[in-house]
Amino acid sequence: MTGRGPGTIIGFPHKRTSIFFLSCVSASISGDTGVIHVLESEADLEWPLSKGPNPPYMVLLESSLFTKSIMMKMKNASSRVAGVVVVPKTSPPEFSPHTTCPNENTGVYTETYDHNLAHCNTTVWNPRGNGLSYEEFDFPVFSLKEDNETEVIKQCYFDHNRVVNGSGLQYPLCAMQLFSHMHAVTDTATCMRRSSMDFSTSPVMVCDPLGGYNVCAFIRPYNSTAFGHKENESVVIAAARLDSKAFFLEDSTGAEGSVSGFVTLLAAAQALCEATQEAPRTRNILFAFFHGEVFDYIGSSRMVYDMKNNMFVIDLDNVHSILEIGQVAVRSGTNLFLHSDPVSRRNNTVHDEVTNLVKNLQSSTAGLNFSFVETDFSQPLPPSSFQRFLRARAIPGIVLADHQTDFNNRYYESFYDNAAHLNLTYPSNLSPEEQLEFVTDTAKSLTEVATAVARTLFKQAGGNNSQVNKINADPKTVTQMLYGFLVRSNNSWFQVLGSSLRCVFCLSEPNPPQYYVGVAKSSHQANALTYLVQYLLANLTGTATNLTQSQCKKPDELPNESTYLYSYLWVQGMVPPNSTQRESFCVRTAVRLVKAVSPAFDLGDYVSKEYSTWTKSQWKFIKARIFLVASRDLEMLTLGVGVAVLFTSLLVTYFVSTKADVLFSSVREPNNAAY
Amino acid sequence: MTAAVFFGCAFIAFGPAFSLFIFTIAKDPLRVIILIAGAFFWLVSLLLSSLVWFIATKATNAQDLTLQKNLLIFGSIFSVILQEVFRFGYYRLLRKANEGLAAISEEDGPPLSVREMAYVAGLGFGIMSGAFSMINTLSDSLGPGTVGMFGDSQYYFITSALMTLALTMLHTFWGVVFFEGCERKRWWVIAVVLCVHLMVFSLSLLNPFYVGSILPVYAIMLLMAVWAFFSSGGSLHNITLLWTCRKSNAETSS
Repeated sequence: MTGRGPGTIIGFPHKRTSIFFLSCVSASISGDTGVIHVLESEADLEWPLSKGPNPPYMVLLESSLFTKSIMMKMKNASSRVAGVVVVPKTSPPEFSPHTTCPNENTGVYTETYDHNLAHCNTTVWNPRGNGLSYEEFDFPVFSLKEDNETEVIKQCYFDHNRVVNGSGLQYPLCAMQLFSHMHAVTDTATCMRRSSMDFSTSPVMVCDPLGGYNVCAFIRPYNSTAFGHKENESVVIAAARLDSKAFFLEDSTGAEGSVSGFVTLLAAAQALCEATQEAPRTRNILFAFFHGEVFDYIGSSRMVYDMKNNMFVIDLDNVHSILEIGQVAVRSGTNLFLHSDPVSRRNNTVHDEVTNLVKNLQSSTAGLNFSFVETDFSQPLPPSSFQRFLRARAIPGIVLADHQTDFNNRYYESFYDNAAHLNLTYPSNLSPEEQLEFVTDTAKSLTEVATAVARTLFKQAGGNNSQVNKINADPKTVTQMLYGFLVRSNNSWFQVLGSSLRCVFCLSEPNPPQYYVGVAKSSHQANALTYLVQYLLANLTGTATNLTQSQCKKPDELPNESTYLYSYLWVQGMVPPNSTQRESFCVRTAVRLVKAVSPAFDLGDYVSKEYSTWTKSQWKFIKARIFLVASRDLEMLTLGVGVAVLFTSLLVTYFVSTKADVLFSSVREPNNAAY
Repeated sequence: MTAAVFFGCAFIAFGPAFSLFIFTIAKDPLRVIILIAGAFFWLVSLLLSSLVWFIATKATNAQDLTLQKNLLIFGSIFSVILQEVFRFGYYRLLRKANEGLAAISEEDGPPLSVREMAYVAGLGFGIMSGAFSMINTLSDSLGPGTVGMFGDSQYYFITSALMTLALTMLHTFWGVVFFEGCERKRWWVIAVVLCVHLMVFSLSLLNPFYVGSILPVYAIMLLMAVWAFFSSGGSLHNITLLWTCRKSNAETSS
């Protein structure tokens, strides 16, 4: 039986209360057992919570009943609830387990920055948020896919546990046991301290910091070993977010939350690089895909920290402006909105730059089917990586979004934010390969956004205005990316562009990759999503070369290649029609992976209010099983009978053995009769 | 089904055997040796009979359930017969050993009477048979679940333990009666023991109709207990002596 738990304790010190937990499962080490109860409606909750005679119960509910009110009722009665199992089925009209004000303590809007804008006082970005992901539960919560095994569980319930005429139930009852013991406790500071106090040669870590890699690419690359300020260099950063999460972390899909943004940026990068190979630009452009943004801006805070401490190829003085692509796929009209920060705009220089950027953006939509509209001047920025840059310095920048005030995303950071939410529909008679090529309406609208972004970046970088209209994003690329990231990952296009070496990227599973950032592995391994984005960006913006595989590994020996400026990736390539071997090739690209772990762990400050301190608990295994349980009475009866039999037999045997000579005395052995 | 059931069933199945061991066998090393050798003989008989059954099942279609059930019945009958054969073989071995033991012992005469050897040998058979019946079931009973998912009775554990208890005691009584019969050259005793053993086996086939299997088996056990008591030197007179609490042996033998 397979199931997935949210599986993690993640600790983060909140500045008001002392501890917060994220989907904490305080499961016992030997598993939690409860009698199965399939919840049919909210009123049915009375049975496990108060009326049922055989607590504790293991409540099985469908996703439509997975609401905050039901979960909180169960949380309050946790002595009678042994666990909850959620079976995802249809999407409810709205559901967001995240908070109403995402990342409110690590953005730029603090009390000191602007009192009125802090803590979402003016605009509540995620009003549908119920904060379920941040609640602490005393029992495990599992998610089970709807398949044969779930049917078996329900059948067991219907056979043995159904209440007949309101009377008591007949033992044996069908029960379920969930194992999801988490090693970490309390909060990050405590568990990191416990891990560090282990002085043995192979210390046992009980929790791991979250993190991953940011994917970065300069249009005109710099020497990757020369860190710090670059004289006379001015860079425009085009940013997007890679990760998202859900209540059940491995089920995170983030279609509108993150995929819409980074797919648009990837397409814009491709358009820009194609059209502007030779044109000189006054400014450089950095395409930055930040990972871990959901967990208090891990990736962007790391990049800002590196820039401030001369650990990155440029520093904050080199940054001219920032254009970030937020959630752009669920439009309520034909407009996209430009969000800017009102506080930094009080400075005239910044204000002029922002106005210029807005002008470039608005003129880029000429000939396209939408337009950019500025939001209200007093409204702050939505949660975005740009806020971390603002926290360090007043940099002019704009965040693109499809929402004017609060999010249009009804499923922000939940497992319903999937392909269906973006209306990615394919005609039913297409094969998977044909679906890959089919250009959906969503793809078309995102392509237009990408075109506008590419043109804006071109103008921001000082390109020639006459060349602008030649820049167009490719709708085929966009629709293939949407298909690969949201529907099926092991399609032929991803396999062509992918790496043959990294098996985490082998994409044997058809499912989309996991968007949750995961733990920062010490072994320089990124997760599948990062590699996908890296290889895609490399193929879309880099150049294919004639190098052989061994040359690709060591290109410095060749005269025209340099690993200081470029990275060389061996790409799988296509299978030509008449053979079975792939034609792999070497791509020269400026794409690099930059470590994205919160600076708090480098600084050893596990209670930092400045940086993210999210960690994930380690666990041994996650499993579940069902069986029948007998009544307590029968068990005690068995024990009682056993003890009685033992004592009786001891007494009788002792008695008989002491009187044995009396009882068995009538016939002596023949050879003793001589006496 | 949790520790309560584990301990309950363990006590039921092995309680009497354990108390017999403690009070009658443990203090005499020779008895311990005979007990263990008896257990070993039973084990060898089981091994050989299961070899026959194993070959039979492998040579036939595993999907045909009635055939497999019939093969199991055949294998069990063969095993019963083989157990009694080994019991006879053990009797012969012990008779031979008895002469040797008599020669080297310090007392005049054999250190153990044939009756005592019969009882110990029977108990050895019984303990080993009980262990093989019950150990797997006991280890499964430690988990949180119980039997019944596919419609079986939830009383499986307790009835298995009761059956094992009965079988252990039955083997003990059969040992006593069998050896006595061989001593007196009453060969019909062997045939009766074999038939009763087969009858007990066929009653166990009635499971899960526990009323039909456990009650008759316990009735047979009581009958065998009476027979073993009488054939090992007991009598009603002795019992009345016991009740009146007089040491009449001391008076009548002097």
